[in-house]
Amino acid sequence: MDIRVQEAPFDLGVETNAFAERQTGMGAVVTFTGITRDLPGGMDKMVIEHYPGMTENALQTIAEQALTRWDLGDILIIHRYGDLAPNDRIMMVATASRHRVDAFEAAEFLMDYLKSRAPFWKKEFGPDGTEWVAAKDADEAALNRWKPASNP
Amino acid sequence: MDVLYFAWVRERIGIPKEAVETKAKTVAELVDELRQREERYALAFADLTALRVAVDQELCEFDANIENAREVAFFPPMTGG
Repeated sequence: MDIRVQEAPFDLGVETNAFAERQTGMGAVVTFTGITRDLPGGMDKMVIEHYPGMTENALQTIAEQALTRWDLGDILIIHRYGDLAPNDRIMMVATASRHRVDAFEAAEFLMDYLKSRAPFWKKEFGPDGTEWVAAKDADEAALNRWKPASNP
Repeated sequence: MDVLYFAWVRERIGIPKEAVETKAKTVAELVDELRQREERYALAFADLTALRVAVDQELCEFDANIENAREVAFFPPMTGG
């Protein structure tokens, strides 16, 4: 398990290759990458704030839950904070499993929890001023499908 | 204890962190004390449904006990990912 909270950019290709290469007996690697949207008339930059200490603990807890629920060989989470430009990579998760279903589901679980339970906050700087990105009801609702009752 | 503020809560109150002497037993009691202080606190804590709280870096509800807490943090719903 490799969890990194960092200001510096990361290389998606390098990280994905290194993750895949250090696995043994894993038939599937799934990666997800979050990217700042580059839209016409959109924001000029994003600043991500986080809660040092709690962030790392929250990511660790979420990853440990994934390890107990799915047949996983390994998990990688990288999440940036600080200043980001449009089209920057914000974060990535990677999961390795013997089979693809576990790798896919665990990656979705990690993303759903990370969105609403890891203490990050995004602020967008655009032509019309600044705005804190609001949490979406849909993101909170996405957690429900992972509740034990609905996932026997 | 240390009280921390993040994102727009930090901006509204104007500081990221402060030491608070309190006899409050719960988060809700602490919020009531802070609200009494100044307008900027009253504004930041006007709508608790828009806020989340962590006690010693664990998310919890506003009725959580804080008598032995070292750190209480207030922030808006998180937007990771």
